[in-house]
Amino acid sequence: MSDLVLDKPRSPRRPAARRGNFELYSWLFMRISGVALVVLVLGHLFIMNILDGGVHRINFGFVAGRWASPFWQFWDLLMLWLAQIHGGNGLRTVINDYARKDATRFWLKVLLFTSMVLVIGLGTYVIFTFDPNITD
Amino acid sequence: MTATAEAPTGSRGAQPPVPDGAITITLKVRRFNPEFDDEPRWDSFEIPALPSDRVLNLLHYVKWYLDGTLTFRRSCAHGICGSDAMRINGVNRLACKVLLKDLLAGGGKPTTITVEPIKGLPVHKDLLVDMEPFFEAYRAVKPYLITYGNEPTRERVQSIADRERFDDTTKCILCAACTTSCPVYWTEGSYFGPAAIVNAHRFIFDSRDEGAEERLDILNDVDGVWRCRTTFNCTDACPRGIQVTKAIQEVKRALLFKRV
Repeated sequence: MSDLVLDKPRSPRRPAARRGNFELYSWLFMRISGVALVVLVLGHLFIMNILDGGVHRINFGFVAGRWASPFWQFWDLLMLWLAQIHGGNGLRTVINDYARKDATRFWLKVLLFTSMVLVIGLGTYVIFTFDPNITD
Repeated sequence: MTATAEAPTGSRGAQPPVPDGAITITLKVRRFNPEFDDEPRWDSFEIPALPSDRVLNLLHYVKWYLDGTLTFRRSCAHGICGSDAMRINGVNRLACKVLLKDLLAGGGKPTTITVEPIKGLPVHKDLLVDMEPFFEAYRAVKPYLITYGNEPTRERVQSIADRERFDDTTKCILCAACTTSCPVYWTEGSYFGPAAIVNAHRFIFDSRDEGAEERLDILNDVDGVWRCRTTFNCTDACPRGIQVTKAIQEVKRALLFKRV
């Protein structure tokens, strides 16, 4: 005996459970920001440590001179944000991998997120409100 | 039969005569008996063996002639069933596929071979581990053909080129050598692990299968393919020579470009 198999002939494909693409985007971000940071950080190190006498010429005036240009402001801002988020995301995966208890994992991530927000906030604030004519 | 506390003996009685050309090697086995031990311990055995012997022969020698309580899995003993994956000299191998001559110390020095259970799975006894977490991850990726609509009246035809795409991942024997060689799996058992991803790959890239989207969604999770750190331990461990890390990368690419 053979049953006629005509079970839901036009049944749509089952929509798969949506889980979000956060891990995908975070993985992609690590690759792109990593490449960007190679340029940004190596350029930064070259300017600060090698070019024109290197680290000995760095003083308040030097920093003020660079931040007078929106280009270097943007450079430093991008470097700060990318380095913080790139490093923070890396630490997030380390915490995910190695924290055994859910509570430990949660509190380590709270600590990490707080420190990231603090450093990014403070750095951004300084870059945009820097006053070269400050007198004490 | 009553339990006795006398010195352990093998299950097959007296030791056989030592063959010509045999060398004595030391086999260090990491052992754990849940009835007596709080912690795993190391046991050493002196074994006469031929360079053409496999590590499995050494374990048999211990079990048959020296200490019958040694516990390990093995079924076919020819690298097909995938029962005897273990850590041999620190790397995951099938005991039935590693030859003693490849482990001998150079310059006539005495040889010591260490054997441990595979890491990351709970040890039941000696080299015997609980494989259930491993198979649970395997089942979670739906490793079977999924199709919708009417069945074709004849077979599901597939071109040679389409078959070629997932040929490598059909070779998996589920021995768990790859998954238990993965440092991410050691510390975080909720990671699906290389073997589950390999078996998902086998169906995701099968032109006859229609469940790719479901499986890709499962592997897009925090415990899915993005957890892979490409350390290549799995590729090195695979006794079937599957390019495991490459398969994982292909799944990542399919997710990234939303194209199988």
